[in-house]
Amino acid sequence: MLKTLKGALIMIGECFRMSLNNIRGAKVRSFLTVLGILIGVMAVITLITTVNGVTGSISDSFMSMGAGTLTVSVTGSDLKTGMTKADLEAIAALPEVEGVAPTVSISNARVSRGGSYESRISVSGKNAYYFLSNPEVVTRGRALSFIDEDNMTYVCLIDSEMIETFFYGVDPVGLNLYINGIPFQVAGVFSAESTENIASIFLGSPSILIPYTTAMKMNSTAEVTSFTVYMADGMTSDTVSAAVEEAMDAMFSFEEDTFTITTMDAIEDTMETMMGMMTTLLAGIASIALLVGGIGIMNMMLTTVTERTTEIGLKKALGARQWQIQLQFLIESFLLSLIGGLAGIALGLLLSMILSNVMGTAFRISTDAILLGFGFSAAIGIIFGWAPARKASRLNPIDALRSM
Amino acid sequence: MDSIFFRMENINKYYRMGDEDMQVLRDVNLEIREGEYLSVLGPSGSGKSTLMNIIGCLDTATSGQYILRDHVIEDMTESELADIRSRDVGFVFQNSQLLPRLDAVQNVELPLIYAGVSQRERSRRAREMLERVGLADRMGHYPNQLSGGQQQRVAIARALVTNPGILLADEPTGALDQKTGRQIMQLFRELNDEGRSIIMITHDMNIAANAKRVVHIIDGVLTEGGSTSDA
Repeated sequence: MLKTLKGALIMIGECFRMSLNNIRGAKVRSFLTVLGILIGVMAVITLITTVNGVTGSISDSFMSMGAGTLTVSVTGSDLKTGMTKADLEAIAALPEVEGVAPTVSISNARVSRGGSYESRISVSGKNAYYFLSNPEVVTRGRALSFIDEDNMTYVCLIDSEMIETFFYGVDPVGLNLYINGIPFQVAGVFSAESTENIASIFLGSPSILIPYTTAMKMNSTAEVTSFTVYMADGMTSDTVSAAVEEAMDAMFSFEEDTFTITTMDAIEDTMETMMGMMTTLLAGIASIALLVGGIGIMNMMLTTVTERTTEIGLKKALGARQWQIQLQFLIESFLLSLIGGLAGIALGLLLSMILSNVMGTAFRISTDAILLGFGFSAAIGIIFGWAPARKASRLNPIDALRSM
Repeated sequence: MDSIFFRMENINKYYRMGDEDMQVLRDVNLEIREGEYLSVLGPSGSGKSTLMNIIGCLDTATSGQYILRDHVIEDMTESELADIRSRDVGFVFQNSQLLPRLDAVQNVELPLIYAGVSQRERSRRAREMLERVGLADRMGHYPNQLSGGQQQRVAIARALVTNPGILLADEPTGALDQKTGRQIMQLFRELNDEGRSIIMITHDMNIAANAKRVVHIIDGVLTEGGSTSDA
């Protein structure tokens, strides 16, 4: 038994040596055969690594945008359609909450100054707390204050796009702008980039910010349907979410489906699920290339077996057993496929490094992808090499030798 | 060296050719003792290669009994036949049949790989055998760097490296010029003098005369042709 095992080990070693010899002996053909596997593995590696990098970058920016906040959107009931100023103040007064920043949107506003006008401008109502917690938003002039909020003043902040349209070459601060026919004094300028939050990814960023109370008046409503909750220090999103939910349940008389609280964790989970599905889909498509590569290997091995009929017959005459012949051809196709796989992993990593540089996303080497590429190519070599190797081992030595 | 190496009794071999069975061997009886040097003489198509394949366990008879040493060959599985080929038989073919990508030593090592012999032991035995056939200075040469006679010597070394009970040679001089052919025959005689059993298949009467015993085969019928004692 021990002797058989030793013989088998010697045989496996020799098979590797002979196979490398044979692959080296037919360089061009081996290269062309390997190309299919190479491209397949390269595609899988590149796709998985790139999607991983993009997911990483997106969730990083999500985290920085919305760290420490929850988003609440209110659908309301028949009795109560939104949150009043008093409701918001009650939420802001919760010990788990540091502050509340409502958003009241006026979509498709018509904005004009002098002879020029623009329609379909997105105007957003904000409160003073928003500017206190995000001071970097204002780049020139002043922020909106509690006085603006309480008195429903007609002041606004505008972004650089609005300056270009209405105040080209002049300092806008202190000048007037008409929103839906009402004159607003420009109090300052804000940077569009820093107002971006999760909502703006889906809704687009506003061009003009006004006091939210003024916006409610213009919308003829006393209620807010969307606001951001800033969590108090040391609170987890689950705790804050639960506290806000409890308070709001009471406000909406415990009616169901009146509001939704979205935490960053939930958004991240959704993102990851989406990206995971995308990875699976893309990897599925790429594995078709691997399948084609496998068929290429099978084709080459079948040709090789036919060409080496005499060699097989000779080896049988010299005492080779069926399993020894089969093992040799199996190892040859395994090696061939593995060489393609390793080259594919290397090229795939290189390609995704270049791609991540071009797209400006993170480059993260995925061990999963490498193991997958490695395992896939090894498996393909064995699966698609099986039939040709079996064919070789079953050759009748007489027929094989007759072709001498 | 008087024990029987193999015995064949009433061996028949049919090949199926289309709808017909073609009889290639007819009631062949043959007995070989250890240390014998026999040549099988016959024209092409006489069935001599089929006979050699059956002796070498590459093929099996349709009917009859073949006992090699203690083994009843017709009862054996493919894997057991491979064991016999690996252990008891050494083949030499007309066109030496060396693997072009292996050097002389590696070619000779080949049967030992299948027998499960370790690298060091293989190399030692292959070199020893190449020295024996007079190729001590050609160990690392590849087949295309060797003459026809040298290639055939490598093939003989390969056939003998497992120390088989018998050397089976099919037209071993068929592809060689006369002078080289004589040198190979000289080597065979020496090997036989050292106690090795040899069966040589040929269509050439002059070559057959090198053996100590000649049998004739025509249309699958084997007849004893007497001994040649002039060896």
